[in-house]
Amino acid sequence: MPINYYIVLSVALFSIGVVGVLTRRNAIIIFMCIELMLNAANLLLVAFSKMHNLRLGTDFPTLASDAQVFVFFIMVVAAAEVSVGLAIIVMIYRNIHSVDVNFLNRLKN
Amino acid sequence: MGTTQILFWFLSVLAIGSAVMVVASRSPVHSILFLIVTFFAISGHYILLNAQFLAIVNIIVYAGAIMVLFLFVVMLMNLNADTEPPHKSKYLMFAGVIAGSSLLLLIVAALRRNEAVNQLTQLKGGDVGLINNLGKTLFTDYVLPFEISSVLFLSAMIGAVVISKKDKEVHH
Repeated sequence: MPINYYIVLSVALFSIGVVGVLTRRNAIIIFMCIELMLNAANLLLVAFSKMHNLRLGTDFPTLASDAQVFVFFIMVVAAAEVSVGLAIIVMIYRNIHSVDVNFLNRLKN
Repeated sequence: MGTTQILFWFLSVLAIGSAVMVVASRSPVHSILFLIVTFFAISGHYILLNAQFLAIVNIIVYAGAIMVLFLFVVMLMNLNADTEPPHKSKYLMFAGVIAGSSLLLLIVAALRRNEAVNQLTQLKGGDVGLINNLGKTLFTDYVLPFEISSVLFLSAMIGAVVISKKDKEVHH
């Protein structure tokens, strides 16, 4: 598969995530769209790692596995982010009984 | 068109279609289920690229842990299509869609003339994504970031507990 197919697929997924963040009002859906964007970036990293493995794999044997370890660390950070973010959303829901981001524009009260 | 191409197109259409449904569907539970379908499609892409370790980790961590956490929170709050906040105004939705599609158009147009664009990715072959190689890299070159990520997890865990704890002293 040429790399440009993977580029278009990842950019499409990323743009869908951006549209979701811009158009939805539910904080949880916005959070899920952020996860979608992270996954689009991961997919592109893996595709590029396989592209470089095909071209430069004999000269630099660790090149492609570096990229995939990087994807692994992105997943680690995403998991940590989700746990803290959902705790914050639960806390907000407990205080104002809504997850509508339009109600969150005032931090007082 | 071989089996690999057919699988690539099928998984791409599945990923993009269910990603659109994540944004478009009204009920948060449906959004979460469509997002799980998207993650499975992305895992299928990883398997197609022979990144088997990442495919399994993607299923376990994302579809298994993170999405169950989302589902748990949504069901804890008892959110459904009726409690969903009303849509933003038509102009804002229109502006959001326009912004997202111009981002897509801009990046694709900017990368069209790139000379790397027609290089092939290695499908099916290459043992770089196997757990053998990745484990060797992770525990030799990247052992310090690996240990630091365990500290990150610990702090995230403590942070989540502290944030979601009920504070009894403050009376509203």
